[in-house]
Amino acid sequence: MGNKISLTIDGKKIEASSGQTILEIAKENGIHIPTLCYYPNTKPAGACRVCVVEIGTAGKLEASCCTPVSPGMVVQTNTEKVMNARRMVAELLWSSGNHNCLQCEKNGDCELQDLIYELGIEKPRFEIDLPGYEIEDTNSMIQRDLNKCILCGRCIRVCNEIQVHEVLDFSMRGSHTKVSPAFDADYIDSECVFCGACVDACPVGALTFKQARFKGRPWEMKKVRTTCPYCGVGCQMDLNVSDGKVVKVTTNMDYGKPNHGMLCSKGRFGMNFIDNSDRLKTPLIRMDGELKAASWEEAYGYIAEKFASIKEKDGPDSIAGLSSARCTNEENYLFQKFMRAVIGTNNIDHCARL
Amino acid sequence: MTNSIEEIEFTDAILAIGTNTTENHPVIGSGVKRAVRQHGAKLIVIDPRKIGLVDYADIWLRPKPGTNVAVLNGLMNSIIDERLYAKEYVANRTEGFETMKETVAKYTPDHVEDITGVPADDLRIAARIYAEANSASILYAMGITQHSHGTDAVKSCANLSMLCGNVGVEGGGVNPLRGQNNVQGACDMGALPNVLPAYQPIANDDARTKFEKSWGVSLPAKPGLTIMEIMNAAHDGDLKGLYIMGENPMVSDPDLTHVEASLKNLDILVVQDIFLNETGQLADVVLPSACFAEKNGTFSNTERRVQRIRKAVDAPGEAKADWQIISELATKMNYAMSYSSAKEIMDEINGLAPSYAGITYERIEEEGIQWPCPSTDHPGTRYLHKGKFSRGLGLFSAIDYRPSDELPDNEYPFILTTGRVLYHFHTATMTRRSEGLNERYPESLAEINSRDAEKLKIKEGDFITVTSRRGSLKVKASVVDTPPEGTIFMNFHFSEAAVNLLTNPALDPIGKIPEYKVCAVKIEAA
Ligand code: SF4
Ligand code: SF4
Ligand code: SF4
Repeated sequence: MGNKISLTIDGKKIEASSGQTILEIAKENGIHIPTLCYYPNTKPAGACRVCVVEIGTAGKLEASCCTPVSPGMVVQTNTEKVMNARRMVAELLWSSGNHNCLQCEKNGDCELQDLIYELGIEKPRFEIDLPGYEIEDTNSMIQRDLNKCILCGRCIRVCNEIQVHEVLDFSMRGSHTKVSPAFDADYIDSECVFCGACVDACPVGALTFKQARFKGRPWEMKKVRTTCPYCGVGCQMDLNVSDGKVVKVTTNMDYGKPNHGMLCSKGRFGMNFIDNSDRLKTPLIRMDGELKAASWEEAYGYIAEKFASIKEKDGPDSIAGLSSARCTNEENYLFQKFMRAVIGTNNIDHCARL
Repeated sequence: MTNSIEEIEFTDAILAIGTNTTENHPVIGSGVKRAVRQHGAKLIVIDPRKIGLVDYADIWLRPKPGTNVAVLNGLMNSIIDERLYAKEYVANRTEGFETMKETVAKYTPDHVEDITGVPADDLRIAARIYAEANSASILYAMGITQHSHGTDAVKSCANLSMLCGNVGVEGGGVNPLRGQNNVQGACDMGALPNVLPAYQPIANDDARTKFEKSWGVSLPAKPGLTIMEIMNAAHDGDLKGLYIMGENPMVSDPDLTHVEASLKNLDILVVQDIFLNETGQLADVVLPSACFAEKNGTFSNTERRVQRIRKAVDAPGEAKADWQIISELATKMNYAMSYSSAKEIMDEINGLAPSYAGITYERIEEEGIQWPCPSTDHPGTRYLHKGKFSRGLGLFSAIDYRPSDELPDNEYPFILTTGRVLYHFHTATMTRRSEGLNERYPESLAEINSRDAEKLKIKEGDFITVTSRRGSLKVKASVVDTPPEGTIFMNFHFSEAAVNLLTNPALDPIGKIPEYKVCAVKIEAA
């Protein structure tokens, strides 16, 4: 970053580096400026104009997300003029979409709802004009309800700039601008790879995880941070648990390395196996050619006896173990300890080569 | 990986060889694309298939499957010939350069073109891009290793990287991308026949004594059998008992007919897993285990970062965490293991595995740490071999190209190469139970080049019969231009089209990796 400069925000003297935006330096100093289209790690768009602030004595309104700081700058974040401008934006957004929070998955976790509450708006001054899009229901992973879309472009930027899947863009349909894959295709018919980043990025209920719908409210959801069980990247993710079940996977950019809040389709939508009814629930022992349910005691007894007799008759090297690249470090450690210390053989390997 | 995932985005050049990154490591794939699109990095893609990264590449080399070593030698030949290598680095930090140079001297771009089909001029261009970058990263995956000469190709990658001074520098390195979440950790923890945790050789008396003291038993010094040797020993009746935790060799191993016969020949097969998979169906005892969302522990990712997993939900029925099952079974067998948590096991690992000594649960609560991390005040290691190689001087190996074990002939005129697809994982026990992923990729498809398809009168969606010397199967054809002419690509996710009925179990002599990437097959309309 560039040279140190000083400016004033809401009467407070602040040090910044040249090249920073007003929004960035305000955030760093705990000064709240509401935003909608701003999304970390993407280019600022200055599209929604919710983050406007008043600059200088002339009282010019500028979007703080894309206005760089300059020496001696005087910024005000909450004058009447600023508030009026924000209210106008919020009311226009409210009235141009179907913002009925009753059945919305985002209720309680919606940035538009928060903004309207923060600005204390009872009802919009404009008549509500529903765009009348059909809800896209053609895949089981992502539900798109563009009647709630506020055209912030966050989904487009995360898809193109961060994930570089380059699927989404603005398109014109009659008098309406909308966001969509090329040729206005449904996600399932497009090049979309279902990484779900656009859903995490969407500030409102336009993009939601379909399988999680009606499975738990944001405030009831327990988020458990963990590591993806699929490939070797080791993405950090939150399992969202409601009623004892994993209902969706979300991310958090603040978790940082190695994935900075990004996932692929496996980490995002590959969790149905957890509560699949085929999961093994009891030990099984083969009797008369068939696997039959047994107790842990019986299973341990059977194995212990068999291993002990092979060990005695044919030696420990007649037994081998295959450990797992899917299990934890602790379990792999213990498995090789078991083979070496308990059985007494180094016949231990795993399927890493495969 | 010698280096870190994060460094890939900010390096000057990336050479991706034998890695279909955007499908198999998608989050790293996006990092490569950002490097190209936003940070001006140059990208060289070396792959027989027209993979997703090709669209982002400055140059794409398309060698015949199985000729990686020749391509890598050709790149080095060209770099040495044009005197673009890092002379000072080679002189000060490495040894064996002269012998290596002699060997690669044969691999002139023209000769390499004869072997690989890569145009000599393209090879020269790629060589310049790699050599002229300030720092350049080599990414590779199973496309390098799953060959009967896999170890040779790995060493050749290291040769190329050292030749240009890229080992031990930020943004450089030789970076294998691990296919499974914890392959790295399974190796680190000594789930290998010849080493104890942290790669301490079992044959080394001091290492063994340390573990004998801690564990209170005496340990065998002789290295054990590898997975393929285990299967062969079972087949021959020398091995009587096998305990398999969380693996499915009945889909993942080469030559499944042989695997099945081997497993059936055992006196006892114990399988511990979350589903009754193909291997479990042959077991004498099946133990139900908890999945990653139902237990605590750690995984080590491909950049050596040790990260937490945390229990989010309860395991179904009586299923238990694998560590708990092992402890209880050991206790039953008169060796007491009384761990009350995964953390207690990590405490024991900290004391016995020097590279994990400083990696405690307290320290990785927020962000994982990369080993080596010898003490609790050590920050972990972003990239290896900084300033000095672990062994002192970096060693060049002189490596000659060897053809694959089984090449096409009149009877079996096609090359079959195998791999994964974006929406599935390994033997697909988990991904096929996920609704959305199946919607996107519901059934196995064999990718065949459109010109071959035309000759054989095969249309998109037709069933074809693919036959090798070991077996035969029916699969739906997808007519695309991803594989080159003469090559067909299949994934190994679907057990009803189990490609490993066809693959060649020929092993790499050192890595013991089967040759999944090349075998000869014939194709007929079914
Ligand atoms: S799911 Fe991923 S690829 Fe698909 S549109 Fe959203 S961000 Fe783009
Ligand atoms: S779908 Fe969501 S993220 Fe995309 S433009 Fe609309 S509101 Fe913004
Ligand atoms: S989310 Fe995708 S890229 Fe990340 S670890 Fe999981 S499988 Fe790998």
